[in-house]
Amino acid sequence: MTSATRNMTTETLDSATRQHMLQRMLEIRSAEARIQELFLENVIRGTTHLCDGQEAVSVGMAAAIDPARGDTVTCTYRGHGHALALGLDLKAFMAELMGKEAGISKGKGGSMHLTDMKVGLIGTFAIVGAGLPITNGAALTAKLKKTGAVSISIFGDGTANIGAWHEAINLAAVWKLPSIFLCENNMYGEYSAYDDTAPVANVADRAAAYGIPGVIVDGQDAEAVYTVVKQAVERGRVGEGPTLIEAKTYRYRGHSRSDAAPYRPAGELDSWLARDPINILAQRMIHDGQITEAEVNTLRQNTETTIQQVTEWAIAQPYPSLDSAAEDIWV
Amino acid sequence: MAIITYRDAILRALDEEMDRDANVIFLGEDVGRAGGVFKVTPGLYEKYGPERVLDTPISETAIIGAGVGAAITGMRPVAELMFVDFAAVALDQIVNQAAKLRYMSGGQLKIPLTIRAAQGGGVGFASQHSQCLETWFMHAPGLKVVVPSNPADALGLLKTAIRDDNPVIFLEHKLQYTEKGEVPDGEHLVPFGVANVVREGTDVTIIATQRMVIVALKAAAELAKQGISCEVIDPRTLVPLDMETIIGSVKKTGRLITVEEAVHAGGWGGEVVSLVTDEAIWYLESPVVRVTLGAGLVPFSQPLEDHVLPNPERVMAAVHRVMET
Repeated sequence: MTSATRNMTTETLDSATRQHMLQRMLEIRSAEARIQELFLENVIRGTTHLCDGQEAVSVGMAAAIDPARGDTVTCTYRGHGHALALGLDLKAFMAELMGKEAGISKGKGGSMHLTDMKVGLIGTFAIVGAGLPITNGAALTAKLKKTGAVSISIFGDGTANIGAWHEAINLAAVWKLPSIFLCENNMYGEYSAYDDTAPVANVADRAAAYGIPGVIVDGQDAEAVYTVVKQAVERGRVGEGPTLIEAKTYRYRGHSRSDAAPYRPAGELDSWLARDPINILAQRMIHDGQITEAEVNTLRQNTETTIQQVTEWAIAQPYPSLDSAAEDIWV
Repeated sequence: MAIITYRDAILRALDEEMDRDANVIFLGEDVGRAGGVFKVTPGLYEKYGPERVLDTPISETAIIGAGVGAAITGMRPVAELMFVDFAAVALDQIVNQAAKLRYMSGGQLKIPLTIRAAQGGGVGFASQHSQCLETWFMHAPGLKVVVPSNPADALGLLKTAIRDDNPVIFLEHKLQYTEKGEVPDGEHLVPFGVANVVREGTDVTIIATQRMVIVALKAAAELAKQGISCEVIDPRTLVPLDMETIIGSVKKTGRLITVEEAVHAGGWGGEVVSLVTDEAIWYLESPVVRVTLGAGLVPFSQPLEDHVLPNPERVMAAVHRVMET
């Protein structure tokens, strides 16, 4: 039984916005590929949670909000794509992943903990469920100060089973906060399949329990994601309360760097690769005469060159001073 | 000077700060229309309205998280946890988020959040509603920890907490809500990290917080009759901790006792003793004794609860022990 609705109409964005989204998706894809290599080369330490395959959710979301008017975002540790889609500076991003002084958080956070309030990113949270209650707080500020801003929390299907998720969505619904809860259902919570950990067909079906709209969208289609997020943003701006969105998507890689994802059935990855979010948007633009195949390839190559240049720049950056380990604890 | 209760001092602090700064909001379970389960906050809802005095569902993680997010985006929230024991169900938001987000963002974020909670035993609530948990929060750098022992400090420290740009854990001893004391008229702010020498003395230094300050003062009064002069110091805040005053006193008396209503292992008294031995071990004339709850939990039955909570007799026994060596 499904109680959530599926989005039936997808807005067609203008050529410039599509171009921007395509470029950002290529940037995310290229960055993730390079980051994986840098881990294997031991240039980046710790762990990482790559998002290739899910880029359309990031760029669709980012196109639908306006950090300049105070919109904010929290998301999970699989947050590289969202951070880059929002406009986190590539150099500050790559330097942070390498623990360098020039990192956005001076090397204190790393891959799993990116913050950049200049682009509305409160944080990528590495504790599952932590971002949703904090998004409510940002939404509460917007409501009290009457700014019309919204706050989006992005999380995976695994998050829908932790207590904080339920507490936060309930509170947002009761207080009619301008919170938007955007689930990236990539079918696996860490190594466990969605169906093995949740008793309902869709995460968005749970919206009914909180009396808020639950909307399911194709997470491989950037414009479809944009459309439903935009509708939720508009609801939030005028005080109609929160929305739960579920984007059906797929991560091409395993959960983290140590996971080769042997639990995935044969052929599953291929079926999703056939619906690659970058190709979907590129083909649509080619069809509409907004770009040529050759131009897409050039864009891809230029992006890879940029990522390589940024990587080399970040490698050359100094580590933070040792004294800085004790800084930034207190205001 | 007015004489008011500890409870009313907290209410006055909230009222004054909400009146002074429109960014101060107050949220928690039954804090608004009901005026709080400990009846600490009646009238705020009526005065400031439902937008600034927010009744919440029973959702401690959502409450603290909303406080964190609102603080990051420009408000100065005061979130009430009711019983500090409930911090256990919201520890991620307190310890991993509120305490660490400034650090992990490289100083980009600030979280001016005050978390109020009632702690302590003596009322027959048993082990899950009677703990003193100040030491838990001392172990999460990024949190300030405030432990007022009287109405004037409750007023002045809570006002300072709300104005602080860091997350502050403000712990109220539930058995002290009805205690009365003199409170200055007008604006009264008590700075963090400044201990209060509650009673001056020359033979033994006793460090105590909250209700244990009263216990220590009772012991000191009895001991004075026996010719033993005790100096009683109330740190008032455990983070930051005024070691200068404590070490200065130990150098004068040569003897040290700490009195905690908390579990012995890992208690703040151990930290005080460690810092004293770092700086002033050669001034100590006897072993240091810590009076604590001991190794156990707070039982329900009154004779048992009375037995485990530190009392003046145990403090006096500790003083006699250090005076004999």
